[in-house]
Amino acid sequence: MALSTLNADQLRGDLERLAREQGISQWDLGASCSTDTSVQVDRGEAKQMKGAQRSAITVRVWNSDGLVGITSTSDLSESGLARALGGALDASAYGNAADTPAFSPLATAPLQPREQRLHDPQTILQLLDTLKDAEQQLLSRHGAINTVPYNGLAQRSSERLYLNSAGANRHEALTTASLYLYARAEEAGRKPRSGGAVRLAHGAAELDIAGCIDEAAERTISHLDYAPITTGHYTCVFSPEAFLDLIGAFSSLFNARAVLDGVSLSYRESIGQKLAVPFLNIHDNGLHPGNIGASSFDGEGTPTARLSLVEGGVLRHFLHSEATARAFGVSPTGHAGMGAKVSVGPDYFEVGPAGDGAGGCGQLGLDLNRSSEPIVLIDSLSALHAGVKASQGAFSLPFDGWLIQGGERRSVEAATVAGDIRTVLNNLVGFEGQPRVTPDGVCPHVWVQGLSITGEA
Amino acid sequence: MKTPVATLTSTIPSSLLECSTRLESLLAAGRGAGADLVEVFLERTDHLGLLAEQDTLTSVSPAFGIGAGIRVFLGSRDGFVSTNDLSDAALFSALDQALGMLGLQRNGAASPRFEGLQPLRDYAGDKGDWLQRCPLLQEASSRLLEGTDLLQRHGRHLQVRRGSYARDWQEVLVAASDGTHSHDIRLHQSLGLNVLAADGDHRASLGRRYGTTDQPDELRLWDADAAARDVCDSAGTMLYADYVEAGQMPAVLANRFGGVIFHEACGHLLETTQVERGTTPFAEQGGQPIAHQAVTAIDEGLSSGAFGSLSMDDEGMEPQRTVLIENGVLQGFLSDRAGELRTGHPRTGSGRRQNHGFAAASRMRNTYIAAGPHSPDQLIASVDRGLYCKSMGGGSVGPTGQFNFAVEEGYLIENGALTRPVKGATLIGEAKEVMPRISMCANDLELAAGFCGSVSGSIFVTVGQPHIKVDSITVGGR
Repeated sequence: MALSTLNADQLRGDLERLAREQGISQWDLGASCSTDTSVQVDRGEAKQMKGAQRSAITVRVWNSDGLVGITSTSDLSESGLARALGGALDASAYGNAADTPAFSPLATAPLQPREQRLHDPQTILQLLDTLKDAEQQLLSRHGAINTVPYNGLAQRSSERLYLNSAGANRHEALTTASLYLYARAEEAGRKPRSGGAVRLAHGAAELDIAGCIDEAAERTISHLDYAPITTGHYTCVFSPEAFLDLIGAFSSLFNARAVLDGVSLSYRESIGQKLAVPFLNIHDNGLHPGNIGASSFDGEGTPTARLSLVEGGVLRHFLHSEATARAFGVSPTGHAGMGAKVSVGPDYFEVGPAGDGAGGCGQLGLDLNRSSEPIVLIDSLSALHAGVKASQGAFSLPFDGWLIQGGERRSVEAATVAGDIRTVLNNLVGFEGQPRVTPDGVCPHVWVQGLSITGEA
Repeated sequence: MKTPVATLTSTIPSSLLECSTRLESLLAAGRGAGADLVEVFLERTDHLGLLAEQDTLTSVSPAFGIGAGIRVFLGSRDGFVSTNDLSDAALFSALDQALGMLGLQRNGAASPRFEGLQPLRDYAGDKGDWLQRCPLLQEASSRLLEGTDLLQRHGRHLQVRRGSYARDWQEVLVAASDGTHSHDIRLHQSLGLNVLAADGDHRASLGRRYGTTDQPDELRLWDADAAARDVCDSAGTMLYADYVEAGQMPAVLANRFGGVIFHEACGHLLETTQVERGTTPFAEQGGQPIAHQAVTAIDEGLSSGAFGSLSMDDEGMEPQRTVLIENGVLQGFLSDRAGELRTGHPRTGSGRRQNHGFAAASRMRNTYIAAGPHSPDQLIASVDRGLYCKSMGGGSVGPTGQFNFAVEEGYLIENGALTRPVKGATLIGEAKEVMPRISMCANDLELAAGFCGSVSGSIFVTVGQPHIKVDSITVGGR
């Protein structure tokens, strides 16, 4: 079969026949294929241009004992499918009888209509010209910006589908594009500094290239004048991106799979209990228009939907797969992957003040530049893979940011911020500004008091 | 219950070597179009992942795949296209796309500039039965469950016990228009034990990972009891540890995975990919001191069984032993084909990639600081007040050379002796500043397996070092 598109009817026909031949009566399948092109540049020259055609399927089968096995492959040929089915059947002999997934009861439910126009790809030479121009513009913004060492302009056309032997038939196509510019600046006798920006869109022609250049330049230049910070406890203001990163790193708080596995800070009985200050709301909304690359269904075919996680500081719902939902006696929420043991994960967070005002809104009129005390503005967090202990609630993370004192802003030299996520959620002071749409979610600036900052002063 | 077949991989086609003749016409066509060099990387993979939780096998995840990556060079530029489809039509389509990126087009004529592939350098040799010699599912799952059972026996307050096993088999064929024609089979196996200990508000999560290359019996030879004791001892200690007090202090980093500090803080900056980008402070410092004279550092792909060892790199070149730093003086960089082209540093057999979807880049293999003359006790005794980092978590390095590492298991050093355990520490700094502060190296070099994610994907590596002392480093904490 052609690898550039997924033919659901042909796949279903092949699978039904092959499954019958192997004595398999219950199966499901997730498949995807994509075509990518991307470019990188280095001081006006093409550095690397890449293209990729990818395809992948994951097939699950239920054996005669009701146990589940799985196999994944990039080979979508008939022989590849046959081998995948056989491998999954072999693996099913080792399925976990205590936690067997089933088809999602929502795998055939109507999907929420979405307006996501598919864009024709640009030629790679068009991408190259666009990126060369963006690099040149960024280099010209300040004499200290000498390179843009990390940059890329990419576009993708992709399709995915979910089929099962009970008749579920999900299919969607998507186009996306991304631009990142990460500049390096250095002034005589000073350490090199860096800053960057990212933009996503449904097509390369829609990318906010000027905005990306402006933001990358502003961030880089703003870090040129830096100073070490004195170690101590500070009120910190997280940028929307930084706070969303932190919430994402501790999303096991909301993850039913992690709760069942005993690696979440939450418990079954945590639903309905206070988790944060009363003026905090957190939702997961994979269908938010800002979620570029959103899927309308999850790995089990369950429709994606907006879900309230925290309302007025109280934990309201967990993210679920079919199996975890069954264990909790609720409906799947559209957050499942696909596997013998199905993973669960968030899509796109919406963080902000509680809407009804019942819990208060925290301090109003917060303004970084009018604060009388020293404030640390945390622009971006690094190394979340290494500095977060999700099952303990602890984090210790390097960050880029500024110390703001007496209305003056100065970049912070190498420093870390450390704390406990439960303390953070209960030490929120309030929000500043309007929620901002970012690639990972929607969030305003968030004020948190009493965080530990370690600097080199 | 259905009886499993002997192996999940019994239908793997015979060999990628069947493709060599087809590749010659592809390379000739690329050269005929005007490319300076065309390289094709073919792979076939077979993966098995197992997860055991408490006393149950909870996930069995087999996967297999095929793919090709075609790279075309013209001057210092290159175009790269990957595909899952190994048909002639798909490979020529990928070649056309790569040529088009460089403004080239196939003209249908064979190139007089391509003299054919050299005789095959076949590193696969006696590796053909490696996959079959690995433990079957029944044996592998039993060993893993033995591990989680031993955790239960040796640990206290364990809320979660996990064992994981991954077996990655890969057959690769590299053919290039300069005649390169190399074939290999690789086998990587890794094992991990992880626990979450909890007692009231106290929590500690710890793990250990072990990995080898080219040793089908790895899982059979694994000392599960020693591994479980090691994890449980550390978890028991760290469960009640206080948070470390932040500040500047001397630190002694233990051997084995302590080597991640050199890997992140310095090793990445000695890859030619960083030289090309202008993101290493060491680019122009060859032959000059960049570290304390106590430091000699090496990267090689040769240590038997080590996770980062190779018979050939992903560009078909045999790996070398590359001295990076000798007595504090910068000696060399790690280079791949593109790195040699763009920076002039000769190739070192370090061209590596996660799979066919990535172009090869200069990457580390087994990277370590060489042993020194001291005992570990001498290092600790030399510190009045500092931090002993017995076990390191992950880390990263930024575009300006700033690095960070999480300390998984730490102890205070007071008056030259280890005292109480501390948690929550992060080491941060800049490579250029920390390397001269590694003032003492002990005599107990050991290696540890790890994974490294960078420009060409996630690859198997080894880090290593003896115990080392850093005179002063920033410790982030509470």
